This record gives sequence, C-alpha cells and structure tokens, in this order.
Amino acid sequence: MIQTIAFYLFATLVIASAALTIVARNPVHSVLWLILSFFNAAGLMVLVGAEFIAMLLVIVYVGAVAVLFLFVVMMLDIDFAELRAGYAQYLPFGVLLVLVLSAEMIFAVSAWSAGGIALSASVAPVPEGVPNIEALGTLIYTRYLFIFEGAGLVLLVAMIGAIVLTHRTRSGTRPQNVSQQVKRRPQDAVRKIDQPVGQGMDL
Amino acid sequence: MTAFFANYLGYDAGWFVATIIGILLIALPLMLAVAMIIYADRKIWAAMALRRGPNVVGPFGLLQSFADGLKVFLKETIIPSSANRGLFLIAPIITFTVALLAWAVIPFGPGMVLANVNVGLLYILAISSLGVYGIILAGWASNSKYPFYSAIRAAAQMVSYEVSIGFVLVTVVLWAGTFNLSGIIEAQRAHIFGFINGFAFNPLLFPMAVVFLISSMAETGRTPFDLTEAESELVAGYQTEYSSMSFALFWLGEYGNVLLMCALNAILFWGGWLPPVDWAPLYLVPGIFWFFGKILFFFFVMSWIKATVPRYRYDQLMRLGWKIFLPISLFWIFLVSGYLMLTRYGV
Repeated sequence: MIQTIAFYLFATLVIASAALTIVARNPVHSVLWLILSFFNAAGLMVLVGAEFIAMLLVIVYVGAVAVLFLFVVMMLDIDFAELRAGYAQYLPFGVLLVLVLSAEMIFAVSAWSAGGIALSASVAPVPEGVPNIEALGTLIYTRYLFIFEGAGLVLLVAMIGAIVLTHRTRSGTRPQNVSQQVKRRPQDAVRKIDQPVGQGMDL
Repeated sequence: MTAFFANYLGYDAGWFVATIIGILLIALPLMLAVAMIIYADRKIWAAMALRRGPNVVGPFGLLQSFADGLKVFLKETIIPSSANRGLFLIAPIITFTVALLAWAVIPFGPGMVLANVNVGLLYILAISSLGVYGIILAGWASNSKYPFYSAIRAAAQMVSYEVSIGFVLVTVVLWAGTFNLSGIIEAQRAHIFGFINGFAFNPLLFPMAVVFLISSMAETGRTPFDLTEAESELVAGYQTEYSSMSFALFWLGEYGNVLLMCALNAILFWGGWLPPVDWAPLYLVPGIFWFFGKILFFFFVMSWIKATVPRYRYDQLMRLGWKIFLPISLFWIFLVSGYLMLTRYGV
C-alpha cells in the first residue's frame, strides 16, 4: 500500500518537475525543477531497492553537479525576451527528439514484453541478503575491473585536460607563501640601529 | 515500537504510526536541544570573554532562547519588493528541513534509530550536500548584493570541504567495513588493546578525526570559517534581508546542523553510544547518555574555538581545504587501505 502510494507520488513528481524544467520561464527556476526531478528519481531508486545508486544520484547530481549548474545560471545575464523567441525556433527539433525517444521506448517495452533477449549466464545473479554496495563492488572489482579502470582513466584524463586548459600563470601576483612566513624570525625582520641625529638612514 | 503498533493496527498502519511517533520523538527534543544549545553557546562565549551572557529571562537566563523565539515569532515577515517571492520563502524552509532530515539515521543507543539503513553514512553525505541550496537560494532570491556574495562564498566553501569530508568518511568505512552507522559504532568496540572504544584512539585514524572536526566546522560555517556571514564584510550575509520566522528558521537550521556534525564526530571517531573504555560497569550507564555527553563535549569544543580563534581569510580557507586537507585525506585512504590489506585481508 505505502509502496504504491510512494511510487505514484515520486513518479508523478518526476514527470511534473521534468515538464516544468522545460516550461519554466526563469532559468534558475528550471534548474531548481531539475533538482527536484533528480531527487524524486532517487526516491524511485530507493523504492526498487537500489539504495546505493539513489544516494550516489543525490550526492553527485544534486549535491555537486546541480550546484555548479545553478551557479553558472545565476551568473548569466539573461534576456528573457530573446529566450522566449528561441522557444518557437527550437520547437520542431524538440518534437523530433521526443518522437525518436518515445519510438525507442515503445520498441524496448514491446520487445521486453514479447520475451526479451535470452541472456546467457554471463551476468551472475546477486545472492540474496548481500547489500547493494557489496554486490556492486564485487562485480566492478572482479568481472568488470578493466572497464572500470578504463572509465577511471578517462575521467583522470578529462580532469587533467580541464586543468591544463584553464590554468594560466599570471605574472605580478604575490601569493601568500605560508612556509616562508612561518620560517621568518624576528632577527630576519627587525634591525636595531643607533641612528645619529641629522643624518640619512639606509633602508 | 513497530511490532507494538502492528499488533493493534496491522502492519502497514502500525508501521506508519510508529514512524510518525519516531519522527516526533526525534524532532521535538531536537528543537528543544537547539534552543538550549544556543543558550549554552552564548554562555560559553560570554564566559571566555569574561562577560555574564544572558542572565535576565528565567533562572540563570535559561529561558532566553524561548523569549527570543517568541519575539521573532510575533514580528512581521518582510519580503523585499524586488525579491523572488517564492524562492525567498522556500530557502529558510529548505535549510531547516534538511537540518532535521539527517537525524533519521543517527543511532542514539543500541537499536535506538529511526531508519537503520545500509547506506546510512551515504544518506548523511547526500542530505548534508543539500544544505547548501537553502543558502544559495536565499542569496539569489534576496536580489541584493551582500546576500549574493555570501551565497557564492557558501557554495564554494561547502563543496570544497565536502570533498575532504568524503575522503575521511572513506577511511572510516574501510576500517569498519560497513556504511551502517550502528555497524560503524559496533566496529569501534574494544578497538585498541581490546578495551578502548573509538577509532580516534587508533594512531592511524587520529589525524582523520582532527581533519573531520575542522572540516565539520567549515561545513556548518562555524566561526573560524563563518565567511558567509562575516559582518564586517557582508552585513549578515545571506540572512541580511530576512526577518521574523524566516530568519529564525535559518537560525534553527544552522544550530541543528552544528549538533548533527557534533553527533557525527561522536559516532565516527569516538564510539557513539559506547563508553570510552570497554569495562562492564560503564555499560550500566545507558548508551544515550554517553552519546549526548560526547555531543555536548564536541559542542563545547566548537564554542571554545569560536570564542578564541579569529576568522580565516577567504583564500586561506580555500587553501586549507584544497591544498592541505584534500591531499592529506587522499593519502590517508591509500595508507589505511594498504595497512588493512597487509593486516586484515592478506596481500
């Protein structure tokens, strides 16, 4: 009972907030609706028992990606009139995308209901009672180790690429050198002199 | 409790009633605790500055927070005319709700937990990463300069320190072998020499306990890191345009988060509801008292730091997060996992 209510609640909210993401006039509102939709998708994941994926969805997408997204959108200088003009212009393309996606989904569902492709025994069934994380970890670090490491390598390269692209060495800056400051002693900085009256002093 | 209600109401309704009661049992005392902890904070701060602190309302000024609450409740909520109305009102609600949400998985004693989920620690990480939205939205919706600066600072600060918090949590999880908070506490039983409870007494994990304590202060924006509301630069930061109850919700949410971080310090490194030493007479004291004692201790430490340490500069804050804590905690993951591979799992 509660599961059914929860499912319909989450599912309705996902669809409604996804629709509002597109319809909302203000881009900041769009991002917020998108976040709500991520969050409810995580709720759906919890319902099917994939709690690890759900938490990852919230941590990575809601907690990090969407924050940066919101950041960028808030900084934008938005011209609302221009945005509205673009809406009609992109509409045919959007409709085309919707058609392609819905055709794919209909194909997938009908193929699945017709019996689906018989999978070979390659996918090991998860034993009962093993937590999500352990089951996933055992698969990733044994069977799919090389693919997983490959994905990690791609991410590493992407990260280094981003740093290389955005890093610039500026001249004339005087960054704080903490170890130098800590090492500094009074005798390096202070000089005691006996200054004769009426004469200049070298600094 | 679920079994008790299920006897009378059937499973579904019984579970529902039991959960609602559990939520109230956590949320209402938490509100009271936040009121009292604000009073304690002010008293500690005052004592360290050789002042008296609140001492007029009620005996020893104990009712000060309630008087403040009543005052704030009776005031008018002012919404700036150029503010984004809906988001302006939602922002404090998000902060407050998120501060309450995370308590669902906190174990207060053996078996005393509302939701004993497998991914408890990840849940807390997920919920605490939501906390930043309240502040960003408040800053943006206020449509005012200083709140917006504050919101940007808060977003950068929280995202930065979440990274090192995440790595510290990984070292704890590696050692405990579980994400379940009760499981993490149980893993600390008789951890050192067979009789000391707590990961922090482990020389390999102690540096991580220190990193976590500092990061948790940065994550909640407590004083050495309270650049989001640095009054000499940003008036009151993201709270500048807020008044009455919407301001009070920020206030409550902030202290709720501070208490949560104190509780996490206690759970992850100092044995949660276990007494400090694994000695039978100490177990006669119910676990919840040990747990509350540890929370109060960490709250005292945070107030102490607030009273004594000057505010960081923004670049120093970022340097501490990215150039010191991140490499150290990343290195510690290799260290801890290497040590565990050698001793526990075999190479």
